[in-house]
Amino acid sequence: MTGKPYRLPDDSGAGRLLDRSKPLSFTFDGKKMTGYAGDTLASAVMANGRRVMGRSFKYHRPRGLITMGSEEPNALVGVGTGSRREPNLRATQVELFDGMTSVSQNRWPSLDFDVGIINNHMSRLFPSGFYYKTFMWPKTFWHKVYEPVIRNAAGLGVAPDGVDPDSYEQVHVHCDVLVVGGGVAGLAAAQAAAANGKRVMICDETPRLGGIADISNELIDGKSQLDWVREQAASLTAADNVHVMTRATVIGHYHHNYLMIFERLTDHNPALAAAGAPRHRLWKVRAGKVILASGASERTMTFANNDRPGVMLSSAARTLVERYGVAPGLMGLIFANNDDAYITALSLKRSGVGIARIVDVRENPQSEIITAAQDAGIETMFGHAVAGVETSAGGKQIDAVKIAPYVKGRGRVVNEITVPADFIAVSGGWNPVAHLWCHNGGKLQWDDTLACFKPKSHDDDIAIVGSANGTMDLAGCLKEGYAAGEKAGGKARLKKPRVVVRKQAPVEPMWFSPATGKYNEGNKHFIDLQNDVTAADLELAQREGYESVEHTKRYTTLGMATDQGKNSNVPGMGIIAEATGKAVPEVGTTTFRPPYTPFSFGAIAGTQRGKLFHVIRRTAVYDWHTSQTSVMEPVGDWRRPYCYPQGGESQQDAINREILNVRNNVGILDASTLGKIEIKGPDAGEFLNRMYTNMFAGLKTGKCRYGLMMNEMGFLMDDGVTAKLADDHYLMHTTSGGADRIAAWLEEWLQTEWYDLKVYVTPVTEQWSQFAIAGPNARKVLEKLGSDIDLSHEALPFMAMATGDIAGFPVRLFRISFSGELSFEVATPANYGQDLWDKILEAGKEFGIAPYGTEALHVLRAEKGFIVVGDETDGTVTPHDVGMSWAVSKKKPDYIGKRSLEQAFLTEPGRKQLVGLATTDPNEVLPDGAPAVESGKLTGHVTSSYWSPTLKRSIAMALVKNGSERMGEKISFPLADKVIEAEIVDPVFYDKEGARQNV
Amino acid sequence: MRYSIFSLARQALNYHKGWEKAWRSPELKPSYDAVIIGAGGHGLATAYYMAKEHGMTNIAVVEKGWLGGGNTGRNTTIIRSNYLQDASIAIYDLAHKLYADLSQEFNYNIMFSPRGLLMLCQTEHELRGFQRTAHANRIAGLECEMIDRQRVKELVPIINDRDDARYPILGAYYQASGGTARHDGVAWGYARGADQMGVDIIQNCEVTGLLRDGDQIVGVETTRGTINTKKVAVVTAGHTSHIMQMAGVSMPIESVCLQAMVSEPIKPVIDVVVMANTVHGYVSQSDKGELVIGGGADAYNNYAQRGSFASLEHTATALVETFPIISRLKMMRQWGGIVDMTGDRSPIISMTDVKGLYVNGGWGTGGFKSIPGSGFVFADTIANDRPHPIAEPFGLKRFVRGEFIDESVASGVAH
Ligand SMILES: Cc1cc2nc3c(=O)[nH]c(=O)nc-3n(C[C@H](O)[C@H](O)[C@H](O)COP(=O)(O)OP(=O)(O)OC[C@H]3O[C@@H](n4cnc5c(N)ncnc54)[C@H](O)[C@@H]3O)c2cc1C
Repeated sequence: MTGKPYRLPDDSGAGRLLDRSKPLSFTFDGKKMTGYAGDTLASAVMANGRRVMGRSFKYHRPRGLITMGSEEPNALVGVGTGSRREPNLRATQVELFDGMTSVSQNRWPSLDFDVGIINNHMSRLFPSGFYYKTFMWPKTFWHKVYEPVIRNAAGLGVAPDGVDPDSYEQVHVHCDVLVVGGGVAGLAAAQAAAANGKRVMICDETPRLGGIADISNELIDGKSQLDWVREQAASLTAADNVHVMTRATVIGHYHHNYLMIFERLTDHNPALAAAGAPRHRLWKVRAGKVILASGASERTMTFANNDRPGVMLSSAARTLVERYGVAPGLMGLIFANNDDAYITALSLKRSGVGIARIVDVRENPQSEIITAAQDAGIETMFGHAVAGVETSAGGKQIDAVKIAPYVKGRGRVVNEITVPADFIAVSGGWNPVAHLWCHNGGKLQWDDTLACFKPKSHDDDIAIVGSANGTMDLAGCLKEGYAAGEKAGGKARLKKPRVVVRKQAPVEPMWFSPATGKYNEGNKHFIDLQNDVTAADLELAQREGYESVEHTKRYTTLGMATDQGKNSNVPGMGIIAEATGKAVPEVGTTTFRPPYTPFSFGAIAGTQRGKLFHVIRRTAVYDWHTSQTSVMEPVGDWRRPYCYPQGGESQQDAINREILNVRNNVGILDASTLGKIEIKGPDAGEFLNRMYTNMFAGLKTGKCRYGLMMNEMGFLMDDGVTAKLADDHYLMHTTSGGADRIAAWLEEWLQTEWYDLKVYVTPVTEQWSQFAIAGPNARKVLEKLGSDIDLSHEALPFMAMATGDIAGFPVRLFRISFSGELSFEVATPANYGQDLWDKILEAGKEFGIAPYGTEALHVLRAEKGFIVVGDETDGTVTPHDVGMSWAVSKKKPDYIGKRSLEQAFLTEPGRKQLVGLATTDPNEVLPDGAPAVESGKLTGHVTSSYWSPTLKRSIAMALVKNGSERMGEKISFPLADKVIEAEIVDPVFYDKEGARQNV
Repeated sequence: MRYSIFSLARQALNYHKGWEKAWRSPELKPSYDAVIIGAGGHGLATAYYMAKEHGMTNIAVVEKGWLGGGNTGRNTTIIRSNYLQDASIAIYDLAHKLYADLSQEFNYNIMFSPRGLLMLCQTEHELRGFQRTAHANRIAGLECEMIDRQRVKELVPIINDRDDARYPILGAYYQASGGTARHDGVAWGYARGADQMGVDIIQNCEVTGLLRDGDQIVGVETTRGTINTKKVAVVTAGHTSHIMQMAGVSMPIESVCLQAMVSEPIKPVIDVVVMANTVHGYVSQSDKGELVIGGGADAYNNYAQRGSFASLEHTATALVETFPIISRLKMMRQWGGIVDMTGDRSPIISMTDVKGLYVNGGWGTGGFKSIPGSGFVFADTIANDRPHPIAEPFGLKRFVRGEFIDESVASGVAH
C-alpha cells in the first residue's frame, strides 16, 4: 500500500502523547520508518502510511489494527532479534523506542504479497472443522504428508533463538486493598480506601493511570476528565500508603484473593534492561480485599468483509487521533448502535479527519451528543447498517462502504447505497471486562439492556465497580468506585466530585448486519478475526450438531486465538442466538480462565533458572570434593562425589582402588546427605513403632537400630538406622533421596491421623556433617584423633552410639556400617564439617586413609547384599521379598502397611524375591535392569550389578520369581545382542557371618 | 453421511448447507438395556464398542454437561504404550493399535499423529529405570529404544543440552510410534459412531442417584428423569467416587486437579513429544503452533477444576530450564481437570459387588491414550458380565488382594 499522510499536523490538537521534538527511527519488515516519542508501534507504522500489519491465521487475509490495546487480534508483530526476539506482540501495546526492529508475521514471502492467500481463494473448501472430514486417506498420509504441511502453515510468529539473555523476578506482597484498573472508578476506589489509611495497591495495564478519561467528554467538577485523573494519579503516587503500578497487568485471581500482577519494566526501554533491570516482574499479591475496576471493552458489529484493513473499533480510531495524532484514513464512516461512537465522530472532526457520515442502526435515537454531532455538520443516517465494503489492492484498501436499511432479523439486503470512504469506525456497544471476576468462581448474568454479560455474584472478598460492573455512565462509575473504596477502607469519607449527568440514548443490540446475497453464501462475516471464524462457520457448527457453545468454540476455534475471545465471544453468542432463535443466555454463558492476557513464561519462572533452578545442595565438604574430583553425581538435590580418580586413573580403576582400600585399610565417605530427622516427645517411641515395620519402643538409649519403612500398601519406601539419644528423643536416618519425602510423610501422619501423639519431627540433615570411617584401621584413626568416648568394642559395640568429642569437635558417634567393615559414622555440626574432615584425613594418613565415592559405597554394600531402596525396590516390593522378614515385627499391634502385608497376593508363594546372581562367565557384568526370561515370560530383572574388585568377579542382585527357593539354578538374561547366563546365589557375597564389622 | 474431500467439494457448492448432524439430540427414553454415565472418551468408546462388537444398541450415554467436556477435552493428548508392567502394556498397546486405525474406522479424522515420544533421562537413577523398562518392552515386543544425547538433540533442537545443566541430558527412552491425537476428534468420532448405530447420547443430563434392588442395580436417577435399566456403567473420571457412593460402593480413589497450559502459537519448533520426568514437565506442539505444556498434579484433593498457581509455576520453571526459548514466549491459556487417582496409579476396569454395576475409572493423569483399548475391553466386560482378560488385572479385587500394578518406576509424571 502506498504511503498516505496519516499523521495529523501538530496544530490539529491531536496526538496528546506525542513528543514531536523527539523523532525515533525504527524498522518494520526491514523498512526504515520514523515515529515520535509517545507513539505505539501501531500508530507509528500507520503514520508511515501502512495500514496492513498482519495476516490472518487460516486464510492469510491482510489485516490492520482494530483495537487500542492488549486485546488486539490482528496487528501482531515480532519485536527484537535473535535471542531477544519476542513473537506475537500487540503492536497497539508496544511502546516505540529508538532503534526498534519489528516484523509482521504469518506471511510468506512478504506482508503485501503472501502466497498463503491461496487459502482465502479456496476457503469454500475449508469451512470450520473441514480437517475432521478429510485428510484420512491413505492412512499414513495424515502424519506424513498433510499434517506437516498444516503445521508449517500454522503458527503465528517466529520463536526466539537460544537462551533468553534477560532476567526476571518475582515479588511477594500483602496489601489491604488491591485496586485493579486505574480509570476513574479505580482511582476513586483507591482514594477512598487510602483516605482510611489502608495499604492500597493500584495497578493498570497501560503506561499511565486514567483509563479512557482522556478520550471521554464529560466533565468532573467542571474540569476535563483528563485533568481530574491526572490530579488523582499524582496524589495517589505521592501517598505513603499507596503503591501505584503501571505497565502492570493482573493476569489471574486465585484462591483466597491471591493475585498475580505481571509488570513489564524494560520492554519500552531496552536501555533499562542493558543496565541490568529485570525485564518482567511477577507480583504475587495476597490482598485483603480486591476491587476490580477493569473497565469495559468495545465490541464490533459484524458485516460482510468486516476484516478489511481500515475497519476498526470506534475507540481505536479515537485513540489513534487523540493520543497519537494519526488519522485512521482520509475519509471515514462511523457505524454505531450507541452514543459513544458520536464522541469519536466529534473528535475526528475536530482534528480534521474527514467523516463521510454516521450510520446508526437505531431508528430514531435522541440525545445531546447526537445533536452535537449533527450541529457540527456531521451527516447522520439512522435505521441503517453497513452491509459491506468495496475494496481494491487485493482487499488491502477500502474504497467504499455499502449501506442498507436495517431491519432486525432480515438476512438479505434489498436496496443498498454506496458511500466512498477508506475506513470505518465501528461501535457495537461495550462489554464489561469481568475476566478476573470469573477466575475464581464469580458468576456472570446476561443484561438485556446493555446486551452484555455483567457480574452477578462472588464468594470471595472482591468488589467490581464502574463499567466493569456494567455501569456505563461517569457519575455511576465514580459513585461505585468511592463506595467500594469506603467499604474496604473504613469510616473516613472524601468529598465527592460533581458530575453533570447527561442522558444517553440506549444501545440497540446488533450482532450481525445483512448483506447483498446471503451472508452464508460467499460473503465473509468475521467473528473471530485472528482465527478466521465467520458467522457461516458458527451456523455450520449448529447445523452439524455442535450446539453447546463449548462445542461450537472447539469445532470452529472461536475464541481460541491470542485474544482468548475478548473480541469474539459475545458477538459469537449473539450470532448463534439470532441464528437459532434463542436468547443469548439460552445459548450459554461465558466464563474466563487465567491468564487475563498472555504473559511471559519467563515471568513465571522468575529467577528460578540456570544456577538458581533447583539450587544445588552442598555438604560442608563440597568445595573440597570438587577440588579433588570432577566426577560429581546428582543425588536428589545434592551433588556427591562419584569417585576420586588420581593421576591418570580411569573411573573404574579409581572405584576399585577405593573399595579395596576400605576392605584393606580405611576409607572415608562424606555421608552428610543422608537424611537426618530428629523425633522428640513422650510418644516418639510409639510413633516410630507405627512408622517402621520393626520394633523401636524397646530400644535402649545409646543404641541404634536399622528400620524398614513401608507405605500403606505394604511396599518398601525407605530404610535407615535410627539411634536413641534419650528416652524421648530419637535420630532417624533416611536415604539421601528420601529425606524430604520422609519428613513430609511423618508430618502428614502426625498432622492428619495421629494428632494425639505428642511428637515433634525436625529435619536436621543440613545441620550436621556426617562421615563414615570404614575399614579395618577405622578405630586406629579415631584413637589417633583423640576422643573422650571409649572407642573399644566392649564400650562401643556394633550398633551403639555415643556423644562426646573427637579431636575437640563435638560429635555424635555411631557404630554402624553400610560397607560390612568396622565402621564409625561421626557427625558434627555442619560448621565444623570441613575442619573435622581435614583432621581425619591427616590423622588417617599413616593408616592409608582415602576418600571413597558413591559408586564404591554402592559396590561395598552390594558385596554385602545390603539393599538400596529405589534400586532393589520399585514400589512393588515387600520386606519379605527382599529377605528381611526378620525386620517385620510379629508383636506390634499395628504399623503402616501391616494389614496390606497380609493380603493374599503379598503372601502367595512364587513372588519375586531378591537373590544374588553369579554370571557363568565371571568377567561378564550384567546390565542394570536386564530381564530374566523363562519360557518366553519375563520372570525377573537385575536390580544392581557391579564388578567386585574384592571378589574379582561380577556380582549382581535381582528380583526373580520364587528366587529364594531356587538357589543354584541357572537362568538366562537375553539382551538385544546376546544372552547372559547366571546362577542364582545368596545375595550376600562377602563375609556372610558379618564378622568384619563386629570387631 | 460419509466425509471425504469429495463430499466437502460437493457441499462447498451448496455453501455447506447440506451437512447432517454429527449426532442426534435424542429424548431420554424411560428404559434402556444399559446406561453409561459420563460421555467422556472412555464412556463414549464403551458405548461404541458395545454397539459395534456386541450389538447392544438400546443403550444410553448420559452426560451432565456436554460430551467430551471433561478430562477428555482438557488433556494434553499424549499417546504411548511403553509401560513397565505386563498388564499395562497389554491395555495400552491394544489402545495404541486401535488408535492407528480409528480415523478410517470412524470416517472422522482424529488426527492420530505418531510423531515420536521421548522420555528424558536426566539422572543415573532415571536412566537405569528406563533401561529396565526398555528390556521389559523389548521382551513384550514393543518397538522402543534408548537413545543418546546426540540423538535427543537432533530430535529436539531446542533442548538445553549443556553439560553444566542442572540435570544434564543423559539420553532418552524413545517410542517412535508414540505421539498425539486430537482430543475433541476422539470424543466426537466415538460419539458420531455410537450415535449412528443407535446409541442415545443424552447431554445436559446429570445423574443424581443410582437405584438398587437388593444387590441388583435397577435404575438411574437423573435431572431429566428416572431410567430403568439392569446395567449401569460408571465412567466419570474425577467424579467416580461420589457417583459410586450413590450405589453404596466406596472407591479407592482420590480426586485432584491436574493442570495444563498452552503458549501462543508460534512457527514449528518441536516435532516430537518430550517428557522430562525429573523436573516434572512435558511439552509438544499442536498443529496450530501452540506449545502444549503439562506437569504434575496439585497435592491436595479438589473438585473445583481450578488448580493452584504453584503447580503451574513448578511446571513452567521446569520447561524454561529444559527448553530455554520458552522464556520469551507467552502463556496463553491454562486450565485444569479433576483426575481420579488410585494408590498404584493404575486404572480400575471392574465389575462390582452390586450386580449390573460396572466401573471404569482411576485413569488419573494418563487415560487419554487408553481410550480405545479401555472402551473395547470394558464393553466386552459389560456385555458378557465377566471381566475381559485384559481388564481382569485392573479389577477392584486387586485392592483386596494387594495385586497392584505400580508404574511409578516407569514414569514420574504418569502420562
Ligand atoms: C490437564 C490434563 C492433562 C492430561 N494429559 C494426558 C495425556 O497427555 N495423555 C493421557 O493419556 N491422558 C492425559 N490426561 C488424562 C485423561 O484426560 C483422562 O484420563 C481421560 O480423559 C479420562 O477420560 P474419561 O472418559 O474417563 O473422563 P472424562 O473425559 O472426564 O469424562 C467423564 C464425564 O463424566 C461426566 N460426569 C461426571 N459426573 C456426572 C454425573 N453425575 N452425571 C453424568 N455425567 C457425569 C463428566 O461431565 C465428564 O464428561 C490428562 C488429564 C488432564 C486433566
